[in-house]
Amino acid sequence: MTAADEPLLRVTDLATHFITRAGTVRAVDGVSFEVARGEVLGLVGESGSGKSVTGYSILGLVDPPGKIVSGSIRLAGRELVGLDDEAMRGIRGREIAMIFQDPMMTLNPVLRIDTQMTEAILAHERVSERAARDRAIEALRRVGIPSPRERLEAYPHQFSGGMRQRVAIAIALLNRPALIVADEPTTALDVTIQSQILAEMQSLCRETGTALIWITHDLTVIAGLAQQVAVMYAGRIVERAGVDAVLDTPRHPYTEGLLGSLPSAATPGAPLRQIPGSTPSLGRLPPGCAFSPRCAHASERCRREAPEVTAEDAPPVAGAADGANAGEAAGANARREFRCHHPRSVAAR
Amino acid sequence: MSAVSAPTPNPAAAPVETPVRRFVRAFVEDRVAVLGFVLFSLIVLLAVFAPFITPQNPYDLGKVDLMDSRLPPGEQTADGYTAWLGTDGVGRDLYSGILYGLRISLTVGALSGIIAASLGMSVGLLAAYAGGRIEAVIMRIVDLQLSLPAILIALILVAALGKGVDKIIIALVVVQWAYYARTVRASALVERRKEYVEAAQSLGLSTRAIVFRHILPNCLAPVIVILTVQTAHAISLEATLSFLGVGLPQTEPSLGVLIANGFQYMLSGRYWISFFPGLALLLTIVSINLMGDRIRDVLNPRLEK
Repeated sequence: MTAADEPLLRVTDLATHFITRAGTVRAVDGVSFEVARGEVLGLVGESGSGKSVTGYSILGLVDPPGKIVSGSIRLAGRELVGLDDEAMRGIRGREIAMIFQDPMMTLNPVLRIDTQMTEAILAHERVSERAARDRAIEALRRVGIPSPRERLEAYPHQFSGGMRQRVAIAIALLNRPALIVADEPTTALDVTIQSQILAEMQSLCRETGTALIWITHDLTVIAGLAQQVAVMYAGRIVERAGVDAVLDTPRHPYTEGLLGSLPSAATPGAPLRQIPGSTPSLGRLPPGCAFSPRCAHASERCRREAPEVTAEDAPPVAGAADGANAGEAAGANARREFRCHHPRSVAAR
Repeated sequence: MSAVSAPTPNPAAAPVETPVRRFVRAFVEDRVAVLGFVLFSLIVLLAVFAPFITPQNPYDLGKVDLMDSRLPPGEQTADGYTAWLGTDGVGRDLYSGILYGLRISLTVGALSGIIAASLGMSVGLLAAYAGGRIEAVIMRIVDLQLSLPAILIALILVAALGKGVDKIIIALVVVQWAYYARTVRASALVERRKEYVEAAQSLGLSTRAIVFRHILPNCLAPVIVILTVQTAHAISLEATLSFLGVGLPQTEPSLGVLIANGFQYMLSGRYWISFFPGLALLLTIVSINLMGDRIRDVLNPRLEK
């Protein structure tokens, strides 16, 4: 395979474990996925499914006792696992940037916005203070902050939550990274602000050709944003395919359960559906398929042996309304992978 | 916070409220603290301009007349000026002596505070960031230091080092650094787990930039509070050591030395020789503590309205 064929990011069999006295927590356990240039991958799962740790692993920011124990993360053909701190620091913020969940917490309260923005540029490039400032103003303007020149002198507490998240996005975009890892960046915001930010992220990524890994527990966000979806459960990706295939014809019972739990899918007045039980403790996973205790379709085999990855061609997109997206889905995204002994039938929903 | 919502049409019109400005505004809300500040400023000004506003240089032995010794407050000296606060046992004007003594006391307090704070902050940050064995060793030394009474350590050190301003500053730094180290380590441990540190790491900033530009400024609030308390403490500790005769020599009379000089005359009714230096010491420490109380209130996030 030549470098040209390499996707922007290829994660292969990544395993990030937290080795504690109480035992090993397999937060991420054999995760593989790819992100093409300019593509948006939605990484979906409940709390504790390992989706955030996957994001942190890509940036090499897993704090001890956590450690990447095996697997490979290749960014444009360059292996990131095992890089020393200095080399990794050169990649963080320059080639891969991150946006965090709570905009109230991610900006330093005692430093002005201009300080925080220019230092992000100066950490990677030798440019004049003035040039860095101009770029910061440009970045603020791009994320829709009014009078950016004046706002640059403000402190974080002088911004509202939505504005702060815009600033955080502007900081992430400063060095024109090829990939942004966004860890639930809209969860802490109002729905109206959330949709604004989503729309802006989408157009920004399209303009700049930045690929995006959008970590979330909210499938409705993914539906409008991502081209590819990976559903995580207990440290593994249980289903991965193009967004339409996952949302319209889920193969894994867990994906099906997640979709069924959305309040919008329910009949008004009827009790809301839920997946019984809760996510298992990653330190004490059940043998076999980790989802089997909560799965309505689980058999003896599920409790005994963990399912391997099954790959198949994703079906042509069902439903006439989605016809416009069919061409897109039929392209590179037409493959589908899942881990289940008893996959749901494609016609089930 | 919510008052400043996002798209203000002309945000330049509102002046940017820096943390310093916010601090000053909150500080002046308290009259007592302002009084403390005014008093302290006055004391500092008196000390700084002592050579220009005192009738006598108490270090200049040529100016000191033994005939003037133990004059009560308000008496005329042989030199022709009025000793408003009286004179001491060797004929030095007490008003002049106190102002010159304040210079020494304030210098010792401020210098030892600044050096101890810098040292303690560096050590505390190192402990918080390095962790593991380095942290354990540093913090056990801090524990050991804080478990012994300050006056005892200072006495032993001064006895070993000898008299002099530099030596007493060393002794006071040794006594004080541990407070800063412990506080800064505690704050830094809290701060480094905050998300803005992770965000700074995700931008590829160096460890040095993260520690000194991001973590340290967020740890400063408690340090400033300790700095005021400890400066007052250092001034009184220096006075104590000098009073006991192990601090500063007679040639560098701090307030403590002046108090000690008058102590033998107390019972014979010549109260002023000890009383006025004592009063000056008291006012200095009270003014610092009044400011310190308010600073603590302003900087304490839990008391924020």
